[in-house]
Order: sequence, then structure tokens, then C-alpha cells
Amino acid sequence: MTREVMDYDVVIVGAGPSGLSTAIRLKQLAADEGAEISVCVVEKGSEVGAHILSGAVIETRALDELLPDWQALGAPLNTPVVEDRFLLLSESGARKLPTPPQMHNEGNYIVSLGNVVRWLGEQAEALGVEIYPGFAAAELLVEDGIVRGVATGDMGVTREGEPGPNHQPGIELRAPHTVFAEGCRGSLSQSLMARFQLRVDSDPQTYGLGIKELWEVDPSVHRPGLTLHTIGWPLRADTYGGSFLYHLENHQVAVGFVVGLDYANPHLSPFEEFQRFKTHPAIRGVFEQGRRISYGARALNEGGFQSLPKLVFPGGMLVGDAAGFLNVPKIKGTHMAMKSGIVAAEALHAHRAGQGGSVVAGYPERLRQSWLWDELRGVRNIRPSFRWGLWGGLAYSALDTYVLRGRAPWTLRNHADHTALKPASACRPIDYPKPDGKISFDRLSSVFISATNHAEDQPCHLRLKDEALPMSVNRALFDAPEQRYCPAGVYEIVEDAGAARLQINAQNCLHCKTCDIKDPRQNITWTPPEGGGGPNYPNM
Amino acid sequence: MKILVPVKRVVDYNVKVRVKADQSGVELANVKMAMNPFDEIAIEEAVRLKEAGVASEVVAVSCGVPACQETLRAALAIGADRAVLVTSVVELQPLAVAKILKAIVEKEAPSLVILGKQAIDDDANQVGQMLAALLDWPQATFASKVEASDGQVRVTREIDGGLETLAMPLPAVITTDLRLNEPRYATLPNIMKAKKKPLETVAGESLGVDLAPRLTTLKVVEPPSRKAGILVADVAQLVDKLKNEAQVL
Ligand SMILES: Cc1cc2nc3c(=O)[nH]c(=O)nc-3n(C[C@H](O)[C@H](O)[C@H](O)COP(=O)(O)OP(=O)(O)OC[C@H]3O[C@@H](n4cnc5c(N)ncnc54)[C@H](O)[C@@H]3O)c2cc1C
Repeated sequence: MTREVMDYDVVIVGAGPSGLSTAIRLKQLAADEGAEISVCVVEKGSEVGAHILSGAVIETRALDELLPDWQALGAPLNTPVVEDRFLLLSESGARKLPTPPQMHNEGNYIVSLGNVVRWLGEQAEALGVEIYPGFAAAELLVEDGIVRGVATGDMGVTREGEPGPNHQPGIELRAPHTVFAEGCRGSLSQSLMARFQLRVDSDPQTYGLGIKELWEVDPSVHRPGLTLHTIGWPLRADTYGGSFLYHLENHQVAVGFVVGLDYANPHLSPFEEFQRFKTHPAIRGVFEQGRRISYGARALNEGGFQSLPKLVFPGGMLVGDAAGFLNVPKIKGTHMAMKSGIVAAEALHAHRAGQGGSVVAGYPERLRQSWLWDELRGVRNIRPSFRWGLWGGLAYSALDTYVLRGRAPWTLRNHADHTALKPASACRPIDYPKPDGKISFDRLSSVFISATNHAEDQPCHLRLKDEALPMSVNRALFDAPEQRYCPAGVYEIVEDAGAARLQINAQNCLHCKTCDIKDPRQNITWTPPEGGGGPNYPNM
Repeated sequence: MKILVPVKRVVDYNVKVRVKADQSGVELANVKMAMNPFDEIAIEEAVRLKEAGVASEVVAVSCGVPACQETLRAALAIGADRAVLVTSVVELQPLAVAKILKAIVEKEAPSLVILGKQAIDDDANQVGQMLAALLDWPQATFASKVEASDGQVRVTREIDGGLETLAMPLPAVITTDLRLNEPRYATLPNIMKAKKKPLETVAGESLGVDLAPRLTTLKVVEPPSRKAGILVADVAQLVDKLKNEAQVL
């Protein structure tokens, strides 16, 4: 079937902080010169912000550069940070630690990134950017080795892959330049890295899984502007991770837990670690009189500087978390994502004025001159040092931060997360407590409040390269770890007439991408489901 | 023939609604909104009648806050030709909406008004019937099939134990049931074109109708949570529990 074609000057995949900053900056630069530029953004969520999940405490550095009058424009940054606390937890105790410099948040704001992104979307539309939520970019259009744009997925395809009664073929969005702003572990970004060998000179990317809940708490325990981070319990010292707890406006508290996906014990369940964390005596008081109003999960990049891929290739570029600009010790990626989008737009603008061909070489060059590069380079050894466990990592980080000041003459290397799992038989089983239904919950009641929905009659968007591996490798060696690392209960081992098999409940998928990252044989490929499917996050 | 289709902006059906902490209503802040699904069916039906050459123009109308424009754009993307937004600062209850729609009908003079049978937020199931009464037009509610031809419309309705077919002279009011059709996907080019279709804004207060709410909400509460089930060991225990705990035997 032939597809309709729409032509633009620039196509952007993903309406997150990076994609929208690129779009806004492109329009600003054109307007400054009285020139026209057509910019189209596609977003797989049902609306802008529907798939955005973050902490979030944000630095305004990039926002100040992009829209200096953001306050007057009504940006939803309403809660300045007033206090930072940092705790080391043991099973029943909590010790205050000095807050490391990267976690000092004076001048930063506690926000809902979903709401900030919705606001950015309005600013972009006011400048004439065309944003199409509900459409996933599902296919790269590559001709003669050059990316010519993307195609959106077909709508109304049946489970068997046949066109259904309401079938609508996808649309080709063509442009001389396509900007990939898919966020962490983007599906097209992954294909691009393979196709254009963007990772040949870099370490593997590494990741963490962030699981988050939004609570409405009792006014008596609400401290707007307070941030709390914890390390230690319930994780053991050999596992990287910790919690965040941010007091927002309107009696809301965002609480989340991040686990490094380089964990070795296949019995570990990030979801259950998070549920258990909330029951700690120093933590549970915040939630005791409250109610949970939303839930979600998303992977984040932890590879940092040494894992950055090549950023440009014929016809396209990578911005934001799709490339991996996240400052891990700060657990902040928003300002980096926005800055990379701004720089990409400026380089692209200059490139279009010249006659430079299909590769925007100016983008990485300009990025190297920017504060983003220095910031990311300076913290490059901190996350990898946690391979020596919590104590080794803390000791090295203190040395790196206070003595070497990020200028160590060496760079610690990263290793791919999926290689880290040890056989189940060699690891300690973990006995997680049952949820109490008040502070801790099970997966299904959690996914329920993420408002996740996928059209029922469509092909499974989680593809297995080899149908046999879930049993022959994952179950036999690792006791089917996907049952535990998936925060949405998508993967389930079921018994059918005496034989066990893997059942994939794809309609529960939160689009966190953990399975694509952690599957020990890289046998699961996350592809975009029908546009508009997935979570419908409110202000996450 | 012209068809008028009223559409309502409601909380998206995927969202698990939650009662506000002060029990004054349902939480709308940061909640995803969408077109009432029954209204989507109404728009689809009107557009199909246009595509079949029966209708000449489809006009979508919505009443409420400025954000209802998004709902109207969605109707235009499915295939409505133009849209009217009636703005109001007061809360609009079914009778007020019916009165507004009557005023719009008098202005637009459509031959057919197709509405959703009810909105999934308040489930009132009143506006279509009230509008037909105010206009003194014939009505067919809960339509599962609509056939229109010269000056007449035949509507099939699902009723207890069977189907009922009504014939009405035009002009008339129809409300849609779930099985009438399956709305199409709005395509990207049609969404783009919808941004350029005419959308007129009318102030509700300028229509000269009484919009004042008639009903007061005392309080809104969540349904009681269901208790977890238990596994009984045998029939004797089941009977015992039914007798002594549930007290149904
Ligand atoms: C738990 C957690 C806590 C965090 N805390 C903080 C914090 O406190 N402060 C901070 O600054 N940063 C924080 N971050 C990081 C921050 O959220 C990210 O760095 C930032 O969101 C990256 O922006 P982005 O635009 O690159 O990608 P994203 O925000 O991921 O946006 C990508 C968008 O693209 C869409 N998309 C992806 N693929 C496709 C496709 N194929 N077709 C169409 N659309 C597509 C997605 O739906 C999404 O809307 C946190 C992250 C997590 C997970």
C-alpha cells in the first residue's frame, strides 16, 4: 500500500525536553532572520507529556538560555528547593550524611516534568511548530545511506498483523534533517546506532530503572521545597541505587527509586525494593495518612561521558537522553537534554545557511565548546566507581569530587548491563514482604493508576528474536528475571497443560524499555505499539 | 442536508478518576481529557452520511471552557466541516446545554442533530431528549443503525430482547449507542487540515438563554473498596460462611 508523504524542513521524533527545545530554538532562529522553517514533532504518547516520567528537580540553566522570560510566560516552576537532605538507611536506622556538592539544589526547582513539557509544547506551537501526539515514529526512511525522515506506524492492524476494518497506513514524514529525541533507549535510536555504527568508539551505554509514584500527603507532613535522597537499605552494598523524595506543590510528594541495571542477582526485583523502601521507619510517616495517585517507570542513562555515541550521521542527529547526556551524580538530565537540543538547533541553523551536505558536523563541535561537555566530563568516573560497591564508590566519589575535582587522568570504563546477571543458582534468593495495600502495593494495582492502555487487537510490540530462549536460557539459568525486573507485570511464566511458557501481557507496558536493556541474551526488542498507546501520565 | 453534532470534552476513558480531597467533585487538574466516546460515534455517523452523499455539511458544536476547542479540532479531524464553540463561565448542566443547542439549531437550521446517548463523566443521558422536547422534534435514542433518505430517517434501536426500527420525518434528533459504528482513526494529514478549518466562538451569555445551574452537588465520594475474596476449604465451610457471615442463606 502506498503511504501519504508530508515534507518538512526538519522532523523531530519525540516531544520531550530535548525535542521541544530543538523545535523552539529552530523557530526562534528563523524568526530572528525573518525566515521560514517548517518543523514537525511526532510523539507516541496520546498527548504531549503523557509519556514523560521524571523526578524532578531541575536546573534552569538551559531554560534561562532558551526562554529567558519563562517566568512571565507562566512556566510551571512553582516550588523552589528550600532544603536538601541525604540519608544512609539501615534496616531500622537512618544516618544523616553530608550532602555531596552535586546534590546541592539551591536555585533549582521541584517540578512535574510532564507539566513543564506540556508548557514547552504550548510555547513551541505558539511559534508555529506542528506537534502530532498519538503518532509513533516506527520506521526509518533511509535511502542511499542517508536518513530521509521517518514513517509513522500503521493504525488498525490486527493481532495477526493483518489490516483490520479501520486500518490506516502510516505517513511518511520526510525532511533533509531528522532529529531523534526519543529519550533513553529510543527504539529508532537503537537501529540508528547499529546501522551507522555510532557506538564503535564508545563504551556500552549503561542504565538505571526509575520507578516512581505520586502521592497526595497529609498537610501536616508536607514540606514544599524539601528534597530527600537515600542510599543503603533495602539494597545491599553490591547494588547501585537509591531513592528520591520531592515535596511539590498542592500537598503532592513524588517518591521514586532507581536501581542500576548492572545488578547481578537475578532474584532482585526493583519494584519490590521500592515498595519495601517506603515502609522504612524514617520514611513511612510521609505516606501514612496519604493516598497514592499515580505510578510509572522509565529507564535512565547512566553511562555518561564515556558512553556517548557519535551524535551525527547522514540526514540526522541524536539529542537528549537518546544520546545519553545525563549527569548521574546529580540525577539530572533535563537541563542537559534541553541544552543539547538548543545546540543542535543552532548548529543545524548555521548548517542550512551554508551548503554543508547531510551531516551536521557543527553539532558535536559546538557541544564540545559548551558547558554541557565540561559538566559531563567532570563527573565521568563517579558512577563507574560503584563497581567497587557502595563503600568503594562513596570513597572514590569523595576523592574524585573534592581532591581530583573531576580532573583524574584516567577514565573508568562501562560494561553492558545485560552481561551482569549471574546464574540464579549462584545467587541469594530474596524474600520480599507482601504489600500492605496502604503504603506498599502489587504491580497490577500500580499499573492500574498509570492509566495505561493499548488497543487490544494489535501485534505484540515486544518482539522475541528467538521464541525458545525465554525457557531454555532465561528460565533455566536465571529463573526468568523478566518477571521481576519488569515494573508492570508484562512478563509472566504460566503453566499450560503441564508445560511452562512465557506469556507477554503487552497491554500493561509502561514503555520504560528495561526488557530491551536487561534481557541477558538481548532477545527482547521493544518496538513502538500503535500510536497513542501506553501510559497516560498526569503530572509525572 | 445539514447535520449538527454536539460534542463534549470529558475525562479520557483510560483515566482512573479520583475524587478531590475535599469531596467537592472529581479531580480535573493534570488529567487527560478527550472527546466523549459516544460523541465520536455521532461524528463518525454524520461524516459517513456525508460521504454517502446524504448530508451536505457536518457542523460540530461544543459548550464549555476554551479548551473544548481541542475536542472540536478532533471532530474536524474525523471529517466535520466546521465548528462552533459556545463558551460559558458557569457550570453547564444538561438543561442549559439543551437550551444552548436549541439556540444554535435555530441559527444553523440543520435537518438532523446526532448526539451521543450520554457523556461518560456524568452519565446523565438527558441532553438529546431535552433538546428534542424543546424543539418539538421527533427523536430516536440509542441508535444502532441509521438510514436517511429523502425527508425521512429510519433508526434501529437495541431494546430488551430485540431490535426496534423507527421512521421519523426530518428534522429530527438521534442519539447514538455503542454499536452504531467504530470511529475511524484521525490521520495525520487530516489533523493538520483540521487546524485550518473554521471554528467560530460564541459567548453563551449572548444567546439569551437561562444557563443557571438547577442542581447542587452535595458531595462526591469514592465507591466503597471491595474486600478481597477468600478461598474456602470445602462446601461445608462455604455454607457456613454464607449463613453466618454473609447472612444470605
Ligand atoms: C525516575 C527518573 C528521575 C529523574 N529525575 C530527574 C531530575 O530530578 N532532574 C532532572 O533534570 N532529570 C531527571 N531525570 C532525567 C530526565 O527525565 C531526562 O533526562 C529527560 O526527560 C530527557 O529528556 P529527553 O527529551 O531526552 O527524553 P524524554 O523525556 O524521555 O522524552 C522523549 C519523548 O519521546 C517520545 N518518543 C520516544 N520514542 C518515540 C518514537 N519512536 N516516536 C514518537 N515519540 C517517541 C517519548 O514518548 C517521550 O515523550 C530523571 C529520569 C527518571 C527516569
